[in-house]
Amino acid sequence: MYSFELVRPKSLAEALSALKEEDAQALGGGQTLIPTLKQRLAQPSKLVSLSAIDEIKGVCVDDDGRLCIGGGTTHGEIVASAGDYPALVSLASRIGDPAVRNRGTIGGSIANNDPSACYPAACLASNATICTDHREIPADEFFQGMFMTALEEGEIVTEVRFPVPQKANYQKFAQPASRFPLVGVFVARFSDGVRVAITGASEGGVFRWTEAEEALSDNFSPEAIEGLTASADGLITDLHGSAAYRAHLIKVLTGRAVKAAA
Amino acid sequence: MAKVSMRVNGKSVSADVEGRTLLVEMLRGPLGLTGTHVGCDTSQCGACVVHVNGKAVKACTMFAAEAEGAEVTTIEGMANADGSLGTIQQAFQDYHGLQCGFCTPGMVMSAAALLKDNPKPTESEIRHYLEGNICRCTGYHNIVKAIQAASGQDVGAIAAE
Repeated sequence: MYSFELVRPKSLAEALSALKEEDAQALGGGQTLIPTLKQRLAQPSKLVSLSAIDEIKGVCVDDDGRLCIGGGTTHGEIVASAGDYPALVSLASRIGDPAVRNRGTIGGSIANNDPSACYPAACLASNATICTDHREIPADEFFQGMFMTALEEGEIVTEVRFPVPQKANYQKFAQPASRFPLVGVFVARFSDGVRVAITGASEGGVFRWTEAEEALSDNFSPEAIEGLTASADGLITDLHGSAAYRAHLIKVLTGRAVKAAA
Repeated sequence: MAKVSMRVNGKSVSADVEGRTLLVEMLRGPLGLTGTHVGCDTSQCGACVVHVNGKAVKACTMFAAEAEGAEVTTIEGMANADGSLGTIQQAFQDYHGLQCGFCTPGMVMSAAALLKDNPKPTESEIRHYLEGNICRCTGYHNIVKAIQAASGQDVGAIAAE
């Protein structure tokens, strides 16, 4: 690792102030950033740890019935306290391994927007709102491509607000060495329609499979998508699987998610 | 350099460390607690698992400064007060849950974290929980047996021999 200064503010205001410094970088749980630093793929002058800021931790339900999760909440804490949204708990309980889940945070995951991360699929399928220190961003606008988000320099994810669907399920086809999804599909059924979000598959990061959404909104059953084909255009090809294989998985996993949710 | 203080295995300790100093480096270096191992240094193998405020974490993927004020337990804290092996350690010995022993500190710490949350885990729960702990010698069977024995359960039901 290159050398840097590490600060650990106790309030959001102090963290925002520290992040104004040139080349300062926020540190969530560090489960992605620390390996990145070890590989010298990043060279921040200062790391601003968010782990001591209690005001961005915890899980609650707001007046609109949305599940609100602080950006600094770990996957393990979400498993323990987000029981109002079982599909989200199920997703969180399968990220990495137990020790990783005790450090990694939801805010860190979505700010990084790894194209194979699990939470972006939950956020997009649930039509979540990502709250930062100064604004609220709909999930449809937040995720802007592989490792790209709507976040500005020095902006911190303080909370993610999830409308809780009537039915939902997350299917993860795990790549066993990394435990990231080779393809992950999150299906969420609301009273006004179905949303289907795909992670792990696209060179553009998480995306919605709108054809399946339309078919499932009319008929929420695996049969509804039988006639559809997920396009392989723009999907990832790597040593674990071709674009065509990932496209096949998208359809299979969507069907499984609907079956499990229905 | 900045001074970082914490409690490790019940004792107050401190050391001057850099921002980039990992928790495992502070434990093994200035604190001299070399029982915690560094295997892969990429947060995959789990040899460095310790408990921070009661939660299992990979000490190679956490900065020492982030443990400021924390209660840390390492493998050195797992023995009984008289120095004899703790229940989980003894079960690893009894059931031959190690061969070269390099992964064992992390295995024991992960097992302790599992049994705290789930005192009577099934075989599949144990195997699932150990996803982040890699052992290249044993094939895991005897590790699973040892953990099941440490939880007071009959190990006869473990399928593979």
